[in-house]
Amino acid sequence: MVAAAGSAAGDIGWTGLAVSLVLVAVAVAVSAGQHLGLERSMLWAATRALVQLLVVGLALTVVLDPDRPLLLAWAWVAMTVMVAAATVAHRAGEVPGVFLLALAACAAAVAVTLGVLFGLRVFPLEPRAVVPMAGLTLGNTMTATVVASRRIVGELSDKRIEVEARLALGQPWRDAARPYVRSAVRTALVPQVETTKAVGLVALPGAMTGLILAGVEPLDAVKVQAAVMYVVLASVSTTVTVVALGLTRRLFTPDHRLIRLHRQAA
Amino acid sequence: MAGALFELDRVVVDGDVDAGGEPGPRILDDVTLEVPGSGITVLAGPSGAGKSTLLRLCNRLAVPTSGRVLYRGADVAGLDPLVHRRRVGMVFQRPALFTGTVRDNLLVARPDGDDARFAAVLEAVTLPSTFLDRTADDLSGGEAQRACLARTLVTDPEVLLMDEPTSSVDPTTTAVLERLARDLAGGGVPVLWVTHDLAQAGRLADHRIVLMGGRVADADQAAAYLAGESGQRP
Repeated sequence: MVAAAGSAAGDIGWTGLAVSLVLVAVAVAVSAGQHLGLERSMLWAATRALVQLLVVGLALTVVLDPDRPLLLAWAWVAMTVMVAAATVAHRAGEVPGVFLLALAACAAAVAVTLGVLFGLRVFPLEPRAVVPMAGLTLGNTMTATVVASRRIVGELSDKRIEVEARLALGQPWRDAARPYVRSAVRTALVPQVETTKAVGLVALPGAMTGLILAGVEPLDAVKVQAAVMYVVLASVSTTVTVVALGLTRRLFTPDHRLIRLHRQAA
Repeated sequence: MAGALFELDRVVVDGDVDAGGEPGPRILDDVTLEVPGSGITVLAGPSGAGKSTLLRLCNRLAVPTSGRVLYRGADVAGLDPLVHRRRVGMVFQRPALFTGTVRDNLLVARPDGDDARFAAVLEAVTLPSTFLDRTADDLSGGEAQRACLARTLVTDPEVLLMDEPTSSVDPTTTAVLERLARDLAGGGVPVLWVTHDLAQAGRLADHRIVLMGGRVADADQAAAYLAGESGQRP
């Protein structure tokens, strides 16, 4: 009975998907009613999201096939790491050396989280676990890399006078940058810590929502969700650390001068 | 030659050279000059003449695009920048105290310093020793600039670079800083003082260098500028 209800909730069918487009129509109607001028943009976003997800779904059908080698899943992970780094480079183009930085951050975050999850056998080492966990890690890593790198560039740019006063006193770049980088890193991490604290109080997080819809018992869903939250926390912390170390080094010359920084326009 | 403190040899500085992109506008253009090894040398000139950049070259917060900067005969490019910067102390135009107390600030400059030493250096800039416990944010502009000077002096610099240190402070602080520069120069610590205040240049200068448009002004231009007759806004 429960399984039947679960399967009904977990598979909405093409009709269900089509009906859910009513929600897009609501959003478009609101935009039109309020003269927000966002109708085309909303329709484009909804269409694009659907197409992207369908393409990914088709690809995942192949990658997650238990009869195929695990290597295929790892190849998928490697490809998504590259895509994530390219996406970050596009979003935070004003940050010097951002592509390599993002690549290092994504690779480090994936290595740490997958290393722990599969090394300690939290999840079974199979494509069905490797691919979504890597995706989850990278999603958060991308955001954290953009936020942390912009904060660091912004903080060192705003406090340039203080940083140069420290350099002028003979402090090495690492010491001169430390208070400002620390402040930027805290700012980048605090929202994630707050989110972790508040999880479940208002919104049910994504993984749990999906599992409950798919008919999994709530307490089982909670266990997975908790593991997911810890993955997110670990990946964000790893990312921010890699970004702080790599970017700060990049913003100073070998002879301890702060390079000229360009803040983001908006 | 032997007595020169700094020598600039055909120095060119283009803006944005550190950013790795296209070089920006030229800030210093083929500058060759000597800063004498004693007394107060005033570096004067209108805004945008390249005075601050020249000062930053002297303690290697900036490097030339081409040409050489020598300190007591040694190419600054070959010196350890951290050691050099402690020898060549610098006070900036706007006071930049770090978060914390005045003592915290002095400890950044001199981690092995103690309160007796810190009190002495505060006294030199006419601040009472009770200021050691004052929070940097609570100081007035003039007090903050004097604390910044104290922070530089506590490293026992051989030379002092002052980048328009009195442009945003009260007359009392201006008088204190000028007197202190005079005392330091008298005690064997040469001072290179940047200003666009002609009256101040007249009061302080043992030696004068005038920059205009990124170049060293010739004798006639310099005399006209210092007399306030150049038509250039100081």
